[in-house]
Amino acid sequence: MSLTLINVLFAVVAAIGFAALNAAYLVWCERKGAGFFQRRPGPTENGPWGLLQPPVDGIKLMTKQLIIPGGVDKAFFMVAPVLAMFPAIMSFVTIPFSENIVAHNMDIGVLMIFAFASMGSMSLLLAGWGSRNKYSLMSSVRAVSQSIAYEIPMLITVITVVMITGSMDLKVIVEDQTAGFWQWNVFALLKSPLMPVSFLIFFICSLAETNRAPFDLGEAESELVAGFHTEYSSMGFGLFFMGEYANIVIGACLTTILFLGGWGCPFGLLPGVWWFLLKVYLLIFTFIWIRWTFPRTTIYGLLNLSWKILIPISLFNLLLTAGLLKVF
Amino acid sequence: MSGYLSEILSGSKSLAVGMGITLREFFTPKVTLRYPHESVKMTARYRGHIELIEDENGEPNCVACGMCQRACPSGCITLASRTVEIEVDGKTKKKKELTQYDLNFTTCSLCGSCVESCSFNGITFSKEYNLASTRKEDFHFDLLKRLKERNS
Repeated sequence: MSLTLINVLFAVVAAIGFAALNAAYLVWCERKGAGFFQRRPGPTENGPWGLLQPPVDGIKLMTKQLIIPGGVDKAFFMVAPVLAMFPAIMSFVTIPFSENIVAHNMDIGVLMIFAFASMGSMSLLLAGWGSRNKYSLMSSVRAVSQSIAYEIPMLITVITVVMITGSMDLKVIVEDQTAGFWQWNVFALLKSPLMPVSFLIFFICSLAETNRAPFDLGEAESELVAGFHTEYSSMGFGLFFMGEYANIVIGACLTTILFLGGWGCPFGLLPGVWWFLLKVYLLIFTFIWIRWTFPRTTIYGLLNLSWKILIPISLFNLLLTAGLLKVF
Repeated sequence: MSGYLSEILSGSKSLAVGMGITLREFFTPKVTLRYPHESVKMTARYRGHIELIEDENGEPNCVACGMCQRACPSGCITLASRTVEIEVDGKTKKKKELTQYDLNFTTCSLCGSCVESCSFNGITFSKEYNLASTRKEDFHFDLLKRLKERNS
């Protein structure tokens, strides 16, 4: 085997392993977090602090029967869960964890990640459509309108960052911010005074893009049974579940890279990759924190928030940044 | 325009306040119990199934008068007794002794007529609430046996 092939294999295994491990243990974190926010202890029965809960859940999911209901569109039905997991794993290919730890750096990394991220809503659409179930269908309608509404402000804020850096290479974007934490894009008030707002908009959009509460209109269980994954059982459901958590990791990684200086550390101490992971997991904690604080919005509230607030403000910030870049 | 901005600001503020509250709850002590391992102590007035009360020697207070059996509207209680002779102050006296006290809890409605009718402080409500079973027989209690088990 040539060296490059070994490199590729190693990168693939590492990316899938990282995504799967995160997906499994974020479920544990979520349940622990949910417990703590509600003054409960969370899972405690399996292993110390319930740490063996994810493998037990995994075994349970894998040993269950994979039921394909009679009326479904088989091709769409089977492809959808794979599509939920696949973009998340693909995105890990180009995410730089530190100067050296990146599977394959691309000079259009941002473009690639968002191209794959947009396939995520495809999986919800196909799952809902293929299920031949009116609740699933309503859920996929919602998922599509939601992803249209939230990809626009998300991409506009990304364009703002790309304009400031002048590159679509994630590594260059981080290196632009590593001089100190005042250089992080979230604090880059000199480049555009609205950068903290941009950061918030990006964060809200990544919440919505990963279909997290309070924006989990797609699987609103009080209205739509379980939304797009109503008809899925066993690992079909498991893949949707893991895809959601892998997407959360991607969202947190991107927020860290674009706004929080990636592996840049405020004061030495640890190697860069630990700072990167620290920032990512702090963001993920915030994801969980938000989920267990706010109730689900309505579909009107969700679309109003995007079209009336996030899009105008992010457009304004884009114009402001462009103007400031031109003037100075 | 100013209304638009002030709505955004007040909305964001309310979200921040909400997140502050939940973060505070995150660090407060837990209030739940790990149920099968721990359970809540029942309140004094809880009505579980009935239970015999014992005297200081560990014998039931019950004199087997049968008032509870007659008071029960559903016929849950079956008791049996025998007459024994005991010596009190040099005289032999006849006394009824409880030999069997069966409670059929499947038809009991917890009305409490049996406890009310008892003049000898013989029965009371237990605090037992973990009663789940798939078999009917598990709800036929031998209260005399339970009393002995409690004392042994």
